[in-house]
Amino acid sequence: MRASESFLRRRALWGSFAGGCLLIAAASSVFVTLGIVYVLVTESMGFFAQIALLDFLTDTQWTPVFENAHFGVMTLVSATVTVAGIALAVSIPAGLALAIYLSEYARREVRETVKPCLELLEGVPTVVYGYFTLLFFTPLLQTFIPGLEGFNMLGPGMVMGIMILPYTASVSEDAMRAVPSGLREAGYALGYSRFRVAMRVVVPAAFSGITAAFILGMSRAVGETMVVAIAAGQNPNFSFNPTEGAATITAYIVQMAMGDLPHDSIAYQSVFAAGIVLFVITLTFNLIGFFLRRRFKEVY
Amino acid sequence: MTQKSFHDQHVTQLSPKTEPTPNTQRESLAAEVRKLSFWYGETQALKEITLSIAYRKVTALIGPSGCGKSTLLRSFNRMHDLYAGNRYSGEICLFPENHNLIDLDPFMVRLRIGMVFQKPNPFPKSIFENVAAGLRIQGVQNKKLLSDRVEQALRDAALWEEVKDRLSQSAYGLSGGQQQRLCIARALAPQPEILLLDEPTSALDPIATAKVEDLITEIRHRFTVIIVTHNMQQAARISDFTAYMHLGKLIEFAPTGELFTTPQETLTRDYITGRFG
Ligand SMILES: Nc1ncnc2c1ncn2[C@@H]1O[C@H](COP(=O)(O)OP(=O)(O)OP(=O)(O)O)[C@@H](O)[C@H]1O
Ligand SMILES: [Mg+2]
Repeated sequence: MRASESFLRRRALWGSFAGGCLLIAAASSVFVTLGIVYVLVTESMGFFAQIALLDFLTDTQWTPVFENAHFGVMTLVSATVTVAGIALAVSIPAGLALAIYLSEYARREVRETVKPCLELLEGVPTVVYGYFTLLFFTPLLQTFIPGLEGFNMLGPGMVMGIMILPYTASVSEDAMRAVPSGLREAGYALGYSRFRVAMRVVVPAAFSGITAAFILGMSRAVGETMVVAIAAGQNPNFSFNPTEGAATITAYIVQMAMGDLPHDSIAYQSVFAAGIVLFVITLTFNLIGFFLRRRFKEVY
Repeated sequence: MTQKSFHDQHVTQLSPKTEPTPNTQRESLAAEVRKLSFWYGETQALKEITLSIAYRKVTALIGPSGCGKSTLLRSFNRMHDLYAGNRYSGEICLFPENHNLIDLDPFMVRLRIGMVFQKPNPFPKSIFENVAAGLRIQGVQNKKLLSDRVEQALRDAALWEEVKDRLSQSAYGLSGGQQQRLCIARALAPQPEILLLDEPTSALDPIATAKVEDLITEIRHRFTVIIVTHNMQQAARISDFTAYMHLGKLIEFAPTGELFTTPQETLTRDYITGRFG
């Protein structure tokens, strides 16, 4: 009787202790996020006191350190969106094909060799991808595309598409493999071919996981810095033309961070304003992902 | 009468060359298992099973857990071929052609033989699309025909009245029992020559179970059904023939009434009187 009472008491204590730890862990992630937002907002306050929001969003020039400074953030956004768009255009088909192959076709030994290799891509320092793009991939592309500039958005976009394969392919493959085998068997039992089972049963059933994978990849592509800073150039250029070079938001931020700007200068503050835009873009993608996942929530 | 004409027609169309089986068999059998053995890798799960499946009758497979009922059932639609290392020997002959389905292309076999699993497993699609899935792959494209056959299958599965106003809604909105009847409708829609049911009611409550049993009784005159069940009352209620299996062997096979009232084998008797294990 006594023993069980003390056991219950101990268990309750442990329960609340463990609960408390988990709460702290969960809360700290919220606090960090809030802290980042706080810094971004307060630091850019000074910026928006001097630059009208409308100009910020509609001007098509970004020349923060010029005599006649312009702060049209769309200049940077255009490059960010173009590069990320190219990355996704490469990564969605390649990632899906790879994930379907690994999950539905490959024998176990093949999968267990290829997957670690794929995940190794994640460990390659992005600066390596950057110089690989600048020194090898762009010259290679220039042999096919004559008008391609030395700094351009196409090369970095495509390389980034490969770079985010660990997210897009590997995470979608995890989602596909989590589809219960009973669902696959239901397809096969109707006479479905392997391909039909993959496309009509597995992919729809893993849809939310696949979306999550691509949203993750997209966020990564939007936030990626090194590759674009090295291979897409540092010249703000309002353009969606992938053959031209253009600075993305992240490339601009890192460029400013490397110079030593006085902290109260408007150019310094513009870094945080650009940062907010980056934050909003990423947040938007995550929200889209969230709603897509809710819309296609899988129930096994 | 209808049976005879059905078969004669098929015999002349499909298999003029294959060796003829005795007429009596051809009229009454949908399939025949001959010395079928099966191995999961090294472990033998079926040992020289020989069993006849009567045409448009319900055959029940009963026996203790692990005796190989599911393994035998899943041999009929070559489900084992999906996994590496599995091996068959022996024959499962499909009538009237008398083709050994172990030698046929498994994808073709599955087009002819439908299956319903223990756990309801509808696709993440609408109710309509779930039932239409098997028809589409058989090449039915005509919209009117498609919806007629979906309706017929849902009626056969005793689900039509419950879902006719929500055909375009997700199948996951249905209850477990409804989902299982949806899976039955999905399997019935392409008019399979044999319908395999692997403990179709074991995940269902008694009312849902009764509905499934009733629908099997309703369709038994139009489909050949093989059902695995743990529930002996269920086997007694709905089947025409019962096979009792034990440790991968077929111990006894007889018309259901006979097997349950006058079992010939001690193992069978022990099992059905509950003295087993
Ligand atoms: N994938 C597998 N790999 C290896 N052995 C298996 C596999 N599936 C089943 N077995 C073995 O084969 C034998 C028959 O299994 P089976 O699933 O056919 O039994 P069952 O009669 O359907 O049992 P239950 O009533 O529990 O469903 C069992 O001994 C089982 O352990
Ligand atoms: Mg079983």
